[in-house]
Parts: sequence; C-alpha cells; structure tokens
Amino acid sequence: MCELALRAQRLCKVFPRTKKTEEILALGGVSLQVGRGEIVALIGPDGAGKTTFMRLACGLLRPTDGELYLGDTPVAEHPQEVQSRVSYMPQKFGLYEELTIQENLDLYASLRGVKKELREKRFAKLLDMTGLASFTGRQAGRLSGGMKQKLGLACTLVQVPELLILDEPTVGVDPLSRRELWAILKDIVEEESLSVLVSTAYLDEAARCDRVYILDRGKLLASGTPEELQAMAEGCTYVASPPEGVPLRILQASLLEEQAVLDAVPSCSQVRYTVAPGTGAAEASHLPSLVHFGVAGKPCSPRLEDSFMLLLKEAQKERGGEDLPAPDEGKAAGKWPVAVPQRKEDDLPVDIEVQDLVKSFGDFTAVSHISFSVHRGEVFGLLGPNGAGKTTTFRMLCGLLPATEGRLQVAGVDLRTARREARANIGYVAQKFSLYENLTVRENLLFYGGVYGLSGRRLRERFQAVIEEFSLTEVLDTLAGKLPGGYRQRLSMAAALIHEPQILFLDEPTSGIDPLARRIFWQQITRLAARGTTIIITTHFMDEAEYCDRFLIQDQGKLRALGSPRAIRTRLGMPQADMDEVFLQVVEEGRGEAAL
Amino acid sequence: MRERILALVRKEWSILRRDRSSLLLGAVLPMLLMLLIGYGMSLDVKNVPTAVVLEDDSTVARHAASFTVGSEYFDPVFVHSLAEGEALLREKQVRAILRFPSGFSEQLSHRAAEVQIILDGVEASTAMSAESYLTSGLLSWVAEQGTGSQGSVRVVSRIWFNDANTSTWFYVPGILVLVLTISGVFLTAVVMAREYEHGTFEALFVTPVRPLEILLAKVIPYFVVAFFGMLLCLLAACLLYDMPLRGSLLLVLLASVCYLLTVLGIGLVLSCLTKNQFLACQISLLVSIMPTLMLSGFLFDLHTEPMGIRLVSAVFPATWYLALLKSLLLAGDSWPLILRNMTALSLYAVGFFALAYRLTKKEVA
Repeated sequence: MCELALRAQRLCKVFPRTKKTEEILALGGVSLQVGRGEIVALIGPDGAGKTTFMRLACGLLRPTDGELYLGDTPVAEHPQEVQSRVSYMPQKFGLYEELTIQENLDLYASLRGVKKELREKRFAKLLDMTGLASFTGRQAGRLSGGMKQKLGLACTLVQVPELLILDEPTVGVDPLSRRELWAILKDIVEEESLSVLVSTAYLDEAARCDRVYILDRGKLLASGTPEELQAMAEGCTYVASPPEGVPLRILQASLLEEQAVLDAVPSCSQVRYTVAPGTGAAEASHLPSLVHFGVAGKPCSPRLEDSFMLLLKEAQKERGGEDLPAPDEGKAAGKWPVAVPQRKEDDLPVDIEVQDLVKSFGDFTAVSHISFSVHRGEVFGLLGPNGAGKTTTFRMLCGLLPATEGRLQVAGVDLRTARREARANIGYVAQKFSLYENLTVRENLLFYGGVYGLSGRRLRERFQAVIEEFSLTEVLDTLAGKLPGGYRQRLSMAAALIHEPQILFLDEPTSGIDPLARRIFWQQITRLAARGTTIIITTHFMDEAEYCDRFLIQDQGKLRALGSPRAIRTRLGMPQADMDEVFLQVVEEGRGEAAL
Repeated sequence: MRERILALVRKEWSILRRDRSSLLLGAVLPMLLMLLIGYGMSLDVKNVPTAVVLEDDSTVARHAASFTVGSEYFDPVFVHSLAEGEALLREKQVRAILRFPSGFSEQLSHRAAEVQIILDGVEASTAMSAESYLTSGLLSWVAEQGTGSQGSVRVVSRIWFNDANTSTWFYVPGILVLVLTISGVFLTAVVMAREYEHGTFEALFVTPVRPLEILLAKVIPYFVVAFFGMLLCLLAACLLYDMPLRGSLLLVLLASVCYLLTVLGIGLVLSCLTKNQFLACQISLLVSIMPTLMLSGFLFDLHTEPMGIRLVSAVFPATWYLALLKSLLLAGDSWPLILRNMTALSLYAVGFFALAYRLTKKEVA
C-alpha cells in the first residue's frame, strides 16, 4: 500500500474552446500530495482551479496531461474504481432535497454497499456527531444551510473512504456552523485516520490543516505547512490604530494606496498591513499615511492570510495586474479626509429609522421587534447566522417586502405609504448578478439610468461619472455576461449608483469574489461613504464588519447586538477578539438568554 | 448491483411521491388530455339548430317533420320557403335544412316522395351527425306509417361548403398516441437534467454506482407511472368513446409498452444532451407534439399525403405505433402489419436506450 492517498504530478486541464467561451487553462501543471491521515487544504481566489482539481481527483473530468494517482491506481484509467474508493462532497452538497435525512443516508449507504448490520452503528455515530439525530424524518430541502452541510458530510462518511474530498464545504455558512463542521471533521479524522483534501475560501480554516497548497489561475504559488507559509510574511506585518473618531476603513484605504504596502485590512479594532519584503522597519512603521494621521505602526506576528495576500499580489504584479483597476496615482494620503468630523451621531440627519419592525410569515416570526437608525454617511452592517432574518429585514428596508408591523422610514419617507418615492432615493445591489448579460456595459448603464428617470445631459454626466468611479471605461462595449467576477460586481455597483441615490443597499456583495477584489470593493465603499452616501450592507464574512461604523447582529429574528465594533467588543469584555469570536459570543449569549 | 438499483429506484419513487408533478404528468395529465381532446372533438351532437322548410304545408308533411320537435337532438325553426332556410344557414343560425318540397304529400300518395337535407359542411362532424339523425328520423317515420297505401320516402342530402367527409373512429387512437407521447417524453426529459442542475449527480457519480444502473433506475419508476397512465387512457377510450377492440388486447398492450419505452428513451436522450430542464422541455414540445399531431396520421390521413411527407413521417415512431394501434383496435389482428410495426417500434426503443446509455457518462462538464 502506497503511503500517499493522492498524488498529482504536473497535472494539466484545458477546457477546449466552445461557441460561448474561449479556451480555458484551468490547471497548468499542478503537483500535489495528500499523505494518509493528513488534512490538506487547497486555497486560492475564485477561478484558481480548485474545483477542477477536485473533479479530476474524483475521475469526473479527464486530465489533459500529467499524472494522477489514488494510492497506486491511475485515476484517469480507472475512474469507476476511484469513485468507489473516495467520497466527495461537491459545493452544492449533492443532497436530494425531497428525501429525508434518513433516506439520504440510506441511499448513500446502499450505493456504497454498507452492510445492514454495520449501518445502524455508523448512522447513530454520524447523527450524533452532526446533531441531526432528532431530525431524521425531515426532508433535506427544509434544513438550514448549516444542517444541509452537515448532512452532506455525513453522507460522504457512511463508510470510511480512502480519501475524503470536500469542495468549499463552508461556503455561505455562518461562523457557528463552520466551527461545528470543523470540530466534527477533526474528530473523525483523528479517530479513523482519514485522509482529507478540502478547498476553502477561509484562511483560518486552512491554518488548521496539516498542509496547505495555494493555487492561483491554475498555477501552484506555494505549498507547505501553515507555519512554513506564515513564515514567508515574517517581518512584513504591522498593526496600527487610527486616532479616535477616524474609522478603521479610512486608515486602511489610505494605507492600501502606499507603494510599499501590499495589503491592509481592518482587524480586531486595528488595521493590519503587510509591506513588501525588504522594507525597513522604520520606514514601515512611519509610512506617510500613518504620519498623516499621527500614528505609528507596530510589528506583529504574521498570519496565513498575510502570506496568502503577499503571494497573490506578487503573482498579480508579474501578470501586470490586468484584472484590477489601476490604483489612482499621486492621491495617497491626500485623498482621504484628514479628520472625519468628530461624529456626534445626533448632529447628522437620520436616513433610516426603524422602530419595532416585525415580519411574520403565517405563525413564523422572521423578524421580531427590531429598532435601529442609520445616520447619513454611515456604513451600517447587518450580520447574523443563516436563517436569522437578516435578508428579510434587508428586503423590508428596500421596500421589496411589506412589513407586518412597525415604523419604517427611509430617506425621510414612510415606506408603508410612499414606497415609490422612497425607491427613488435608494440604490440596490442584489446578491445575484441581476444585470442583463446580453447587453454591453454601456447599454446596461444607460438602461438603468433611463429606468431611474435620467435623460439627456444629466444621464451623460452620471454615466461618465460612474464609469470613471468604477474603472469601467475599457470594458464599455463588452457584454455584461462575459465580464469576470470583479468587473461584474463593479458594474452592479455602477448601475445602482447611476441616479446618485442617498442610500445604497448591498446584499452580500462580496460573496463569490476573490480577496483582492474584496479589498478594492471596500475601498470604493469607503470613498462613497466619505462623500456622504449612506450604506447598508449584509455580509457573511464576519471580518468585514470591521469596515462598518456600526453593525447589528440578528439571530432567530431578534436583535442581539447593535453598535460600533469597538463598543460591542468593550461591552463583551473581549477587546482583542476577532470578529468571528465576537459573533459567536453574541449569538451564544442571546440564545442562552432565550433559553432561560 | 441489485442493491444499488433498488436503492436508486427507491429514491426515485420517494421523490416521485413527494414531488407530485411527475405523477400529475404521468397519470392525471393523460386523463385530462383524453377528456379535453376527446370531448373537444366530440362526435355526440345535440340540439342541432335545424330549419324545417315546409313548402308543402300539409298535415302529412307536418307529421313527417314532427320528429324534430321535442327531440334532444334538434332545435327546429319552421319556415315556409327555401330562401328563408338558406338565409338562416348562411347566417349560421342553423346548421341544417330539412326541406319538404311542395307536393310532398301528393307525391307520397303516388310514389316515392323526395325530402331534401342541406347541411353546413364547415362543421364536418356536426354535419355528418345531423345528416344521420335526420335520415334515421325520417325513415322511422316512414316505418311507422307502414308500407300500406302510401309510397316510400327518398332522402336526398347535400353537404354544402365541404363535401369531404371525416371518419369518426379516426381520432380516438390518435388521441391515445398523442397523450402517451406527451406524457412519456416530458416525464423523463426533466429527470436527468434536474440532477445535473441541482448538482446531485456530482455527488452520486463519486460512488460505486454504474451509468447503466443510473439509467435503469430512472426508467423503471417512470415506466410504471406512464404504464398506469396508459391503462387509464385505454380504459377511458373504451368506456367514454365506445372504442371497439377488434384485435387482441395483449398485442395492444405489447405495442403500447414498446412505444412507451421509445418515448421514455427520447426523453432521456434529450435530458442527457441538454442537462438543462427548461431546454429539455422546449425540445420535448417540438419533437413530441408537433410530429405526432401533423405527421403521424393523427389529423391527416397519410394515404392522401404526397410521397415526400410520407417518407418523413415514417421517421417518427408515432407513425408506426398509430398505424398499428388503429389496425388492432378497429380492424383486428393483421399479422404482416403487426410484425412489421412491432419490429420497428422495438428497434426504436432499443436504439434510443442505447443512445441514452452512451450519453450517460460519469463526468461533469
């Protein structure tokens, strides 16, 4: 028996040209190994080739070139045998929604030929671990995202496979469910010395694995243990705190525009930034924008995310950065307001006022007595686990869903009586790309301008303004459907802003775009907010709450926390905690109280 | 292998039970179509508005026309000249004219008297029924009079506007074929595509399951549903439309099973090719309903079609099945036709399944 569970040697996959797409090089010579009993993580931005690699490993695709072995078996020659020996959970979990939990398990156990006498014990163990034991009669389609994902995992584990392959098992799932899933996975790996290949968009998850491979555009950027990879950013990472009253995102945005800075991100009420290797410590802690705000940076220990961003940036530089808008030249430091007016909230006009908001569907209360207000120019976040009611709240705010009870004022207009007037003052970016794929960028923007009642010179001016703002000039005549993810997202924003709304609603705008594009997205948000646009945003990346002036956490329909990141941390007595921990603490506290 | 197929069939069956759309498509829709198309093309004509032209206003003529009054089949209007009757016919106020020419009673006492029937041929089937009702009404009156002193009546009928004729039994086998085709193709057209779309195949493929097992597990439950629907339709044809069964029932069932497998196979092929439910449905519509309606001999008798069209129609399995079904139901067992058409149908069934099997690969695009 070979001591490697999976071995790939210079693996290539090219998708040939079709009528709709050009030839795509999905994998260009990737070598990767999964040892027995190891958890190996595959990380990389969207389109890096993670899913393609996993499908190749399952024999669902045929490689164009290179070698791929499961143990001693060549995968391409014996896909049927390989498929009998590995278990695979695709991104959509692969569950039959009409079948119950028990029926899904039975199906996979029968397909894998698990003996009747072994089944009961195995099922009992899996159901116990996943906490699904009391729901076995429920149809999979009626489970929450987190439960579906656990059931998907259970179905792959009806017997101990030679290799378990999980494709982004935690995508779109809240931190609570993520933590539970990893606990289950760790337990079962230890107990049954399982070999696992898992892809993920969360770097904290990758940091828990034995080995990590970083993919980008079909090429392997680096590999090693999390510690080895973290060490690559050794001496390049710093933290700085902005002065009182300056939002983290302002300092972060101005840092990002420095030549020497590769990455900057708000984290734990501070701004973490990574400088290019070789930058002196003195220079790094007194960068112009830090001096500008009168603060200094302190070195800190690197995280996996820092190395990851470092590698991606370098790879992007080598390619010439063609996929991202060029940073504005010569505007660093000067571009961002020196000191944001000391924000006394009462001074600023209130743009959104919510009082005692209730939404019921039949006898189910999705949103229960929520009150908050959002001030002009504020970035306000809506957070919560799956099924917490945040999408429902969000839809009511945009006037897409009538409220059952309560007062709802948007831009000074009562949404219950004057929905149409309220809509003229808001822009809305839906979670799914909702522009016309068969129209060009120009046509889409002009169409939306027309829909919002712009015409003639005003339309031309606004059109010009948004294409400059979102760097869309070069793709004006490209069909929207052919744009890469980051561009689509910018086009959606441009379309939502063409009528210069007072308030911008963004529903999960950063899901499905890669970390580099996410940074740029937040830079744009920061710029918009600085000009006085009020922004309401939902996200399932908890660390993005750090960009918000204030945010609320909703769970089981109820408001669990409301305030600035710093205020919430202070209240919880965990000033250094990262957002995931804050979130978990708030949700657990709230549920504890509810149970009393 | 048996356990895996069983597990997959059980899965399909549970899904079928919970997601009622397949059952509706397989059993309820065929019945509904049967009723709708059947009664929409109803042959049972009642309350035919009829102008009774009494140019001869004698008691005898009135008596002869009296069968139209109080009958559920007629709704008579009495007039005294043909011109009035014609006007009514042209205005579509009546569908038929029953004319007793002047001197009817006189003629009757000497020799054979003539009665004229004029029909609106635009509504061919109504015209045909009205004609036979009127004729039989008159003849029974004559019979009542006995064959004594008076002479007999000769009915002279004319169909106006359309002198072609349509056969009544022609439709029902055609409806059966149409219904089976629609429900069969649609049943399987979505089942593979749905799994590709929901991503369930991706997980299912990475198990020891083989392509053939997947295919069989898809066919078995849907065949059962479609077979049940077919039995209902046959029963409906016999009970509601008094369809005769002159040939052997066993052969009718055997032919239907062959045809069902063919259409299920077509659905599977479409499903595998498109991997998209919406597209599969659109194409199903084109390949199932259109040829069955236009080219199978359902609406138009193929013997009257030009050679080219006949050749084209021979490509569609529905043509072979319809010819066979008509012959079995209406004419009886005619072995050369049975053998030829059964062979063709079996070849189609095997061919489409082979194609579907070739298209089912455990790969994702």
